[in-house]
Amino acid sequence: MEGPIKLETQNVNFYFGDNLVLKNISIRIPSNRITAIIGPSGCGKSTFLRLFNRMNDVLEGARVEGKVLIDGVDIYNSNIDVAMLRRKVGMVFQKPNPFPTSIFDNVAYGPRIHGLHKGKDLREIVENALRQAALWDEVKDKLHRSALELSGGQQQRLCIARCLAVEPEVLLMDEPASALDPISTLKIEELMQGLKERYTIVIVTHNMQEAARVSDYTGFIYKGELVEFAPTVDIFEHPQNKLTEDYITGRFG
Amino acid sequence: MEVRRSFEIQLQNLQENLIEMGHFVRRMLQKAMQALVEQDTALAEEVIADDDVADAMDINIETKCMRLIALQQPMAKDLRVVGTVIKAIADIERIGDYSVDIAKIAIRLSEEKYFKPLEIISKMAATVDTMIDETLKAFLERDLPLVQKVCNEDDEVDHLYKNLFDELLDYMRKDPELVYQSTYFLFVARYLERCADHIVNVAERVHYMVTGQLLQLAPSHRSTSEE
Repeated sequence: MEGPIKLETQNVNFYFGDNLVLKNISIRIPSNRITAIIGPSGCGKSTFLRLFNRMNDVLEGARVEGKVLIDGVDIYNSNIDVAMLRRKVGMVFQKPNPFPTSIFDNVAYGPRIHGLHKGKDLREIVENALRQAALWDEVKDKLHRSALELSGGQQQRLCIARCLAVEPEVLLMDEPASALDPISTLKIEELMQGLKERYTIVIVTHNMQEAARVSDYTGFIYKGELVEFAPTVDIFEHPQNKLTEDYITGRFG
Repeated sequence: MEVRRSFEIQLQNLQENLIEMGHFVRRMLQKAMQALVEQDTALAEEVIADDDVADAMDINIETKCMRLIALQQPMAKDLRVVGTVIKAIADIERIGDYSVDIAKIAIRLSEEKYFKPLEIISKMAATVDTMIDETLKAFLERDLPLVQKVCNEDDEVDHLYKNLFDELLDYMRKDPELVYQSTYFLFVARYLERCADHIVNVAERVHYMVTGQLLQLAPSHRSTSEE
């Protein structure tokens, strides 16, 4: 694996109560690359993604064993400020979830609560985030209209802009395009290519063609285990593991 | 449970089509050589007509490959099968073209009394024939040792070609009367040598299809690429 490593897990087991959801997962995810996690429904791929911003913590009975590192720091240490962690590690969900406020306020929300706008022009922060999310030209004349008036694809890019406004380092995307039409999907995918220069992106998707199109590395999770992790071209042209091959050729799943 | 039943059938069908085309072209080469040896112009004309059939098979298979890629998005080993087929048909189609070239020479030489029996050329053709048969079998059965055998046999063909080349050159130097026939025999030998190279390409694709690795497997090809 080339280049510096941004995210890492070492022998991670993850439990919901007695249920072992992730089994002994060790992975090293490189900086400024797009890493796709694929696998059948219920395999644990979303749970895996949520390790990195401790989103699983809020669920009752959740327990992590092993280490989850960002830039070499264990984020499950007791001295970690989870609010700061989530600023650093933004997340985009399957269904666009804009706040029922204006477009401007959606993007300004994060900078306001984190106090990032002090000494800076909030307008500039918002514009910058919307530009990075490739949404600015479409919304610049209606920033104070409700975000809910936007199309699904625009709402999803707004959610990405909302993440970017707090200057994160990592973007976690949980099936970000699965509720969108094909053109909006391609826009999000194209956007991701631009974003990886500045961010480390991990995307969970059940759409294998999407993983093949967008990612540099692909991991295949099956029944809570990381079966194979390799450059995307290798996974889709000649995977090493029979299970991976069966899954990506549609022989099961 | 087979999740992609109709896709499986299409993929299977594609492979059968390749085998069918391979054997059709193999038969063209056999007939062209027989026409040459037995000076049978009717058989040579048959080979020339066969070329349209081979071309139609080529187009039909390529169309199927493109449709499978567009509509089914094959991945991994499936993708390698489609990629292999799409490359292999081009090489097989060339062997059909060379068969036609040999058939045309057979017509041109049909009235001549050969100054020598076509021993080495026939031996080359027999080796190429075996190579085609083995390659198709290797494709069907994912047989890597057979792939390597085909690649090694290419050396035999090259060796025979070189011997024949020297021998015919010698005849031509000694007797200008033999230049006409010898030149055509050299062409035929050259075509056969090219046919062997094309079938080696197909065999190398079979290796890729099975392993995911693209390699130059024929010893002669390796040394050329390293030069």
